Amino acid sequence: MSLLHRKRASTGSGEEGLWVECPFCAELSFRGELERRLWVCPRCDYHFPISVDQRLRWTVDEGTFEELFSEIVSVDPLRFKDERRYEERLREARRRTPYREALVCGLARISGREVVLCVQDFSFLGGSMGSAVGEKVARAGEEALRSRVPLVLFAASGGARMQEGLLSLMQMAKTSVVLARLKEEGVPYVSVLTDPTTGGVAASFAMQGDVILAEPRARIGFAGPRVIEKTVGEKLPEGFQRAEYLLEHGLIDRIVRREEMKEVLDRILGLLMDPVREEGGDAEGGRS
Amino acid sequence: MVLEFEKPLLELERRVEALRARVEAGNASPRALKRLEKRLEHQRRKVFSKLSRWQRVQLARHMDRPHSLDYLRGMLEEFVELHGDRMGHEDAAVVAGLGRLSGVPLVVLAHEKGRSLSQRRERNFGMPHPEGNRKALRMIQLARRFSRPILSLVDTPGAYPGVGAEARGQASAIAANLLAWAEADVPTVAVIIGEGGSGGALALAMADRVLMMEHAVYSVISPEGCAAILWRNGEKRQEAAEALRLSARDALELGLIDEVVEEPAGGAHRDPSKAVEAVRDACIRHLRDLLPLAPDDLRQKRYEKYRAMGVFGIEGGR
Repeated sequence: MSLLHRKRASTGSGEEGLWVECPFCAELSFRGELERRLWVCPRCDYHFPISVDQRLRWTVDEGTFEELFSEIVSVDPLRFKDERRYEERLREARRRTPYREALVCGLARISGREVVLCVQDFSFLGGSMGSAVGEKVARAGEEALRSRVPLVLFAASGGARMQEGLLSLMQMAKTSVVLARLKEEGVPYVSVLTDPTTGGVAASFAMQGDVILAEPRARIGFAGPRVIEKTVGEKLPEGFQRAEYLLEHGLIDRIVRREEMKEVLDRILGLLMDPVREEGGDAEGGRS
Repeated sequence: MVLEFEKPLLELERRVEALRARVEAGNASPRALKRLEKRLEHQRRKVFSKLSRWQRVQLARHMDRPHSLDYLRGMLEEFVELHGDRMGHEDAAVVAGLGRLSGVPLVVLAHEKGRSLSQRRERNFGMPHPEGNRKALRMIQLARRFSRPILSLVDTPGAYPGVGAEARGQASAIAANLLAWAEADVPTVAVIIGEGGSGGALALAMADRVLMMEHAVYSVISPEGCAAILWRNGEKRQEAAEALRLSARDALELGLIDEVVEEPAGGAHRDPSKAVEAVRDACIRHLRDLLPLAPDDLRQKRYEKYRAMGVFGIEGGR
């Protein structure tokens, strides 16, 4: 579940002071320096959450991103109100970010290779998945299926959006029926887990990639650390639920640094999709 | 265990019984008994017609409520339990196996909470570890291989949130089950008989037909968890339960489940055999609908069912 009240960590999209503290190792870095380093902590290699535009700038070929399904927006079907109205929270989130939802999708090229791309935005209500996010993932999947272009998704989410109740839980089912079709049709789906990827998003599309990558130090898991601490009544082990921990436990394929992400994605997609034949040999000569 | 709002009813019931005894002994008038019985009936309807959602949560968690094994014992003509995830673990929070319902051989999945303290501990209060979910996955695949329908009974506070569960991939295990349900080309029926807790519930519930008992709940997060996060105060669970709209009626109105199964007066725990019979009848009815469908039709229909879930807006250009 998303922790909407938790103070937002400084991110690439934030507007706080000139010095930024790493939430992982507490190292102070100069904002401009972090920006040059793609928002990676120089001391501990923590990869900060970044904005959708930064993600696009550092992942896809310049000028190739064409947004799709931007017309799909959240509404308030339950008229949910806690200490504040969900509607109000939505309005505020939309004022603070250039996009209208916690997930942005579109067509783009990675080193010339066409992909359908989804990027979750943690700064929009904790990247939480409500009906609109679920619908956009589903449509992105269907677009990938229709055009037989791989789907690449950058996850960043606290989980399902509580303010849409059971409707948000069912988005896990909705996205799963679509992604199951990609698997059946052999259209590759690569998911990239960034800090944080937890709850219902981790327990559905984030963990359904044919290949699952993660950024260094990203928190990835089903339950929130505080819930687990309360359940087991003890301190959690060092590095628990971090990308490195998941790699050790065989739950993800690779940890990839931000500066290498584009190249690695290109190589993986090539190795999954290039025709099976030997180089230099003519078409008949190669195995097919 | 008696819930606060059950107390006046139970007291009235005791009075009715006492009066009945006196009538039978010839010491009271049958008319007085009739009046009191009417009063009880009226009172019961009054309490149960306006249960708050939090009260429904309490009913759904009621310790005397029939659990999965009670339903399986009462519903099935045959049941052969099968164990294990084939990867080194057995998780007793999930009961699975081969069964026969109204003559139809099928694969059975269920969360089991356990009743006595030792059982509940052994079954981890119905909260599966990844291994329980992987046992369920194995059963879904078994059902596909032999074209058996699947019957699933859901009753879990949620998938277990623990260090080991995370280390062994709770999120992956649930995600894998959702894909398996999407791919299953056999008729599937799930019944939320008590608590439908979040992803742990969905991992056993992505069926063609999803039914809920009248006083069962199905929610994206527990009211306590929601209160702790959004209200920053776990005590606000009643408000959270209301806001989450987690009742069976709510889920039906939102179009997310297919039927609400009526419970006996006072709730399933007051007359378990009647509750079991109601669930049995409903499952047979839905299975009958699904059995004639071709595998591809089933998958296509399930796709359409889940693909259509959600409420969102469409807006013009930025």
